[in-house]
Amino acid sequence: MIEQFFFYMFAIAAVVSAVLVISVRNPVHSAFYLIVCFLQVAAIYILLRSPFLAAVQLFIYVGAIMVLFLFAVLVLDIGREQFRERFHGQTVPALAAVAGLFVVMGILVVSGKITAPLGPFDEPALMKNTEVIGKSLYTSYIFPFEVVSILLLIALIGAVVLVMSGQGKENKG
Amino acid sequence: MALTLTHYLVLSFILFLVGTAGVLLRRNIIIVLMSLELIFNSVNISLAAFSYFLQNLNGTIFVVFSITIAAAEAAIGLAILVAVYRRRRTVYVDELDEMRG
Repeated sequence: MIEQFFFYMFAIAAVVSAVLVISVRNPVHSAFYLIVCFLQVAAIYILLRSPFLAAVQLFIYVGAIMVLFLFAVLVLDIGREQFRERFHGQTVPALAAVAGLFVVMGILVVSGKITAPLGPFDEPALMKNTEVIGKSLYTSYIFPFEVVSILLLIALIGAVVLVMSGQGKENKG
Repeated sequence: MALTLTHYLVLSFILFLVGTAGVLLRRNIIIVLMSLELIFNSVNISLAAFSYFLQNLNGTIFVVFSITIAAAEAAIGLAILVAVYRRRRTVYVDELDEMRG
């Protein structure tokens, strides 16, 4: 009962802040509402008995990605045009696409039925959540783990190259 | 009545719809990238919910990888955004029509 109360609290806060993200004019306000939404999602992870995911969500999304977004808003100085039109000219087809998605996914969510067998990780096994995830990550998922580390390196180099392009030549010449 | 998988799926579904609406409707490309992060989060919620209700850890591991990919995507996306802003001095998606056929 108390779990349900908390679920509805977090879910409603997440949905309201998500709607505010896409409807306010100022990008900085959008970023802050997005941080609120990410915090609610972290709370939802705790309700799903996954405190490790909640911590990762806080560190990476709130700590890294949103700071990056705020820096981008700061550097690009785009707050000054906030009173122009927010939505572009193709609002009606976009809304039609969203409505179609609503119908299709709604049917799938309502009519779906789980037939897969249950795994071994019931509630007592998930008490040591981080330990279980760590063991799985470093044994059966070690290859994807290494691939992801290489991908992060590529993203790092790519971001630097994209932002630096054109400046190196000027410095030489 | 306890919380079921459907509760979490409906929450994920609503967040996905809001994110899609943001991607399709907004002109400001930074808000479009933020809506993309919303979509990532909604998918992560549904993966974690399936992982919990099927008592299988694969979904949780997938969420960890998905968050990593989202971080890489945000870095690259914002780098592209900075490069585009340097060239074109605009962040509105309907003005970035150089590649329109």
